[in-house]
Amino acid sequence: MLQDIRNTPETAASGIQIQLAVAFPAFKLEVDLALPGRGVTALFGHSGSGKTTLLRCLAGLEKAPQARIHINGTCWQDGSHVVPTHQRALGYVFQEASLFPHLSVRKNLAFGQTGAAATESRQILEHTAERLGIAHLLERSPGKLSGGERQRVAIARALLTNPQILLMDEPLAALDLKRKQEILPYLERLHDELEIPMIYVSHSPDEVARLADHLVLLNKGQVVASGPLQETLARIDLPAVFADDAGVVLDTTIGAHDEQDRLSRLDFSGGHIFVGRRDRPLGQKMRCRIHARDVSLTLQRQEDTSILNLVPGLVVDIAETDNPANVLVRLDANGTPLLARITRRSLRLLDLHPGKAVWAQIKAVALLD
Amino acid sequence: MLSSADWAAISLTLKLASLTTLLLLLIGTPIAWWLAYTRSKLKPAIGAVVSLPLVLPPTVLGFYMLLLMGPNGWIGQFTQALGLGTLPFTFTGLLVASVLYSMPFVVQPVQNAFEAIGPRPLEVAATLRASPLKTFFAVALPLARPGFITGAILGFAHTVGEFGVVLMIGGNIPGKTRVVSVQIFNHVEEMEYLHAHWLAGGMVVLSFLVLLALYVLNPNPRKG
Amino acid sequence: MIRPFILAAILSGTSLLANADEVQIAVAANFSAPIKLIAADFEKDTGHKAVIATGATGAFYAQIRNGAPFEVFLSADDETPTKLEAEGKTVAGSRFTYAVGKLVLWSAKPGFVDAKGEVLKKGEFAHLSLANPKTAPYGAAAVETLKKLGVFDSLQSKIVQGENISQAQQFIATGNAELGFVALSQVWKDGKLTSGSGWLVPADFYAPIKQDAVILANGKGKAAAEALIKYLKGDKARAVIKSFGYEI
Repeated sequence: MLQDIRNTPETAASGIQIQLAVAFPAFKLEVDLALPGRGVTALFGHSGSGKTTLLRCLAGLEKAPQARIHINGTCWQDGSHVVPTHQRALGYVFQEASLFPHLSVRKNLAFGQTGAAATESRQILEHTAERLGIAHLLERSPGKLSGGERQRVAIARALLTNPQILLMDEPLAALDLKRKQEILPYLERLHDELEIPMIYVSHSPDEVARLADHLVLLNKGQVVASGPLQETLARIDLPAVFADDAGVVLDTTIGAHDEQDRLSRLDFSGGHIFVGRRDRPLGQKMRCRIHARDVSLTLQRQEDTSILNLVPGLVVDIAETDNPANVLVRLDANGTPLLARITRRSLRLLDLHPGKAVWAQIKAVALLD
Repeated sequence: MLSSADWAAISLTLKLASLTTLLLLLIGTPIAWWLAYTRSKLKPAIGAVVSLPLVLPPTVLGFYMLLLMGPNGWIGQFTQALGLGTLPFTFTGLLVASVLYSMPFVVQPVQNAFEAIGPRPLEVAATLRASPLKTFFAVALPLARPGFITGAILGFAHTVGEFGVVLMIGGNIPGKTRVVSVQIFNHVEEMEYLHAHWLAGGMVVLSFLVLLALYVLNPNPRKG
Repeated sequence: MIRPFILAAILSGTSLLANADEVQIAVAANFSAPIKLIAADFEKDTGHKAVIATGATGAFYAQIRNGAPFEVFLSADDETPTKLEAEGKTVAGSRFTYAVGKLVLWSAKPGFVDAKGEVLKKGEFAHLSLANPKTAPYGAAAVETLKKLGVFDSLQSKIVQGENISQAQQFIATGNAELGFVALSQVWKDGKLTSGSGWLVPADFYAPIKQDAVILANGKGKAAAEALIKYLKGDKARAVIKSFGYEI
């Protein structure tokens, strides 16, 4: 009995359990998810996939009759037992900052602040404002802030409620590229520093690759895939959710700097790759993204090539893409999955099949930092 | 100039208008809130009832109030059972009539203002642990402030300008039910045109000032 | 008050095509019941048409001075037509007393008003209704009566005023005032009260309420106006007037 297993204290005490089925006029949201109780879970899908609705159901902003929602041991909803939104220990960041226009930034931040005495909470407020780079804006009115500043205030405001979980509904979607670049570093810091889980709704592969630890793919209200980011991104059996953006994310550490050629070496289980010199200390973690379209395959290690990054691996799987001339090949580079998009002709000429050893030539690496 | 009876009428009118406005803010706000956010099928019906005084002649209201609040009407029977006597010819009666009659002038602007807020700020407040009560007082009320200013000013001004209902249920009692509009009517009927001019002119000036205040405080009342 | 006249003016335009003429009459509120019967007979007997507006005498005075299109005025007093006459707003020599009104203390409740008006001295009621004494002759007569009985000061706080005698009666009829002073014509038909209880105030308690009629400047030379005045003086109309308790 699946139900019974889930109800046992050990499993319910940690992690996030969501089971709900809600019919909306346009689609039916039907979800049964168990998510990690730490780190960032990205809810990814195209518009209309139900990701925002799912987040709103989690927050109790949308009615989801008969749903079960447990957050790290706290029951928010179980059948008819429904905790109202204002009693759920959550921080919610909406797509538009939605600051209260009649309150100053400071009062916006203090609005939902809980759990500390006056002087202490003032310090916490100012410290949080510091962390999000809005300390100099505290006495301003929200109307006088830029879009990026407003969203940072909204994030700080959500954090100050001392939440058990942070829910973010495409917090960058309404911002232009420049403002996105302005906020992303703060989100990444949150990712590194936050003790609580974060559920991050997005339709941007780039944001997902940069921020997420766990990925949930939603399509038409159904969960298509749910798993650790690297694994899930490397799954080639999924319908072309990412399409041209198909690729993997590597979590690496900086292994060496080459001052002569101005390069940095990033190490991971499958070997290493070189990127332009990064001004970071050795041993620092660095996430990067490798698109399948930027990876080609050879049977022998090529010596006479300008391509710097060559990684050995075994073919694991081969799948169709939405372009009939191309296929997607999944490699195992000593435990690290890689994806390569090659032509059907190359597949035949190289006689690729699962188990065959190949070299992956990586033409471009996107550093997510 | 103004006689003591005129001054009595003026002070009575201001007292009536102030109390009416206060009561309407207390009673009208929950009604406006309900109308703004309900999904009930009754919404159009209740909205129409509240707006009735906008289209009904005051005499209709006056006529029914005279019947209903009289000793044989069910409101009259109720107030008598409570030991309050009957309401016509009393200040309380005028107050009840004014509250009913000026209701849409307060409820509609406040309702518009509540609707203009939209659901988002209320949702935000809920995600910030604000109870529905805190959400109402700390978010909805301040955001709807322009609607309240408009509603209060219109409610006040409309009560000051009320005539037909007062004439029908007031009984023209000095200090109790003889308000300025009735006093002006009496002056005209009694051929005391000079007195009528002073009061009527004063009403014109007051009404202008009230509307001026409305436009100065609230350049776009519709936008809430 | 203005709109009915405009309507009447439009209607009168059409009726000019017929032989019959039309007369616009302003009638004091206390005479509204008798005038309806009289007008019906008048229309039947003469072929003219009577357009009736009822209201407070004081209000009519103000309207007539300011150009209201009435042709005949049936006042609730003799003072107002005299004033209009002095101001040249009437057809000279047309004024005459068509009725002498009687004041009655009336209640809608049977038995509430005793035959001697003792109820006033007992004062066991909340509201005493009368017409505005400054504008309505019956209101003035009511105040006179109260003073004569020596109860004016003690009852003053219970007095509620109708703008005219009709409204004074309406307050009583709806029960909002237990009793009040009205014109006998409002509650009297064919020698008895139509309802409730009443005390006919002795005629020497108040100055006689002589009700005068007059042809107004607008009615000058109009056959229908003259016919109406003549008709009011006739036996048939007088019988109706008397049946409502007026003297002539």
